[in-house]
Amino acid sequence: MNCETFEPRIVAFCCHYCAYAAADLAGSMRIQYPPNVRIIRTPCTGRLEVPYFLKAFEQGADGVLVAGCLEGGCHFSEGNLIAKKRVRMTADLLAEIGLEPQRLKMVNVSAAGARLIADHITEMVETVRKLGPNPLAQKARRTA
Amino acid sequence: MIVAERKSIPQMMEILAGHKNVLVLGCGTCVTVCLAGGEREVGVVASALRMAARKQGVEMNVEELTIERQCDNVFIERAAEAIARNDAVLSLGCGAGAQAIAERYLDRPVYAGLDTEFIGILEERGVWTEKCSACGACVLGDYGGICPITRCAKRLLNGPCGGSTEQRCEVRADTECAWQLIYKRLKGIGQLDKLSRIAQPKDWSAHLDGGCRTIIREDHRI
Repeated sequence: MNCETFEPRIVAFCCHYCAYAAADLAGSMRIQYPPNVRIIRTPCTGRLEVPYFLKAFEQGADGVLVAGCLEGGCHFSEGNLIAKKRVRMTADLLAEIGLEPQRLKMVNVSAAGARLIADHITEMVETVRKLGPNPLAQKARRTA
Repeated sequence: MIVAERKSIPQMMEILAGHKNVLVLGCGTCVTVCLAGGEREVGVVASALRMAARKQGVEMNVEELTIERQCDNVFIERAAEAIARNDAVLSLGCGAGAQAIAERYLDRPVYAGLDTEFIGILEERGVWTEKCSACGACVLGDYGGICPITRCAKRLLNGPCGGSTEQRCEVRADTECAWQLIYKRLKGIGQLDKLSRIAQPKDWSAHLDGGCRTIIREDHRI
């Protein structure tokens, strides 16, 4: 599969208080972002644990985007900072496994950041498109 | 508690080479508290192994189980069925736990997925430090509760060495000088006179001299 025909499947964990609202606002404002993304709303990115990210890749996601509140602006005070460390730890683990750590990324967006979340999604899709399909995806899709 | 660290995924893959069915066995005691081998870490390691195997094109089925305590015969019975279903066990217990499993299940290879590091405490969130060397003849009473064997880089019983700078160890600048701590502590509890005594060479026969140590409590034996 070459990178022009490959359409990445991105799982985006979006915080209810910011990025999810921003993505919703993007829709209201008619701001386009690639349809490759599957948004999962989470009460806070601090709720996400390492197995969540790993499961996404294990089940065939080509990339995972974690979108939390701006640093200092977490509704639960430091959930996004916890998530940042977990994302970093998981990226290191992906490298140990043999996957590109760039397939996992965390971004910070406010609830008003409709344009920003759309840009982040677009950028993530392009990054993963260049990396190619998740090498585990073929088998995951076969066994699913 | 016993503090351990996870081996890397490539190391684990190398250890498990040739096994098609692997049980990743966690322990619910010390290694759960030090975030190295509890139920959550078992899930992470199992998931990572499955992915690494798939990436390498190797067939490997990974089962997950965490028992209350790997170093106790009563609890390791609960792993019997899962162990029987698999070709090998990757223990995420400490060295004692992994050995207990290996001794109990003679027909299954048991591998250590952790590096057991030390006996220590949780200093602050995510930071563990060594506090005890399990020397077998505790001298804490003479040093105000600060162990010079474990916490002094030179293991001096008659310190300080004179090399510390601004209360920091000259061997490791990120560590407080144990002898500074001993002095402050003894001063605080009014026992500075203990420092005027010269400690005799320590009897190390209670340590690892002559092989592993055994404690027998006849009053508890049946």
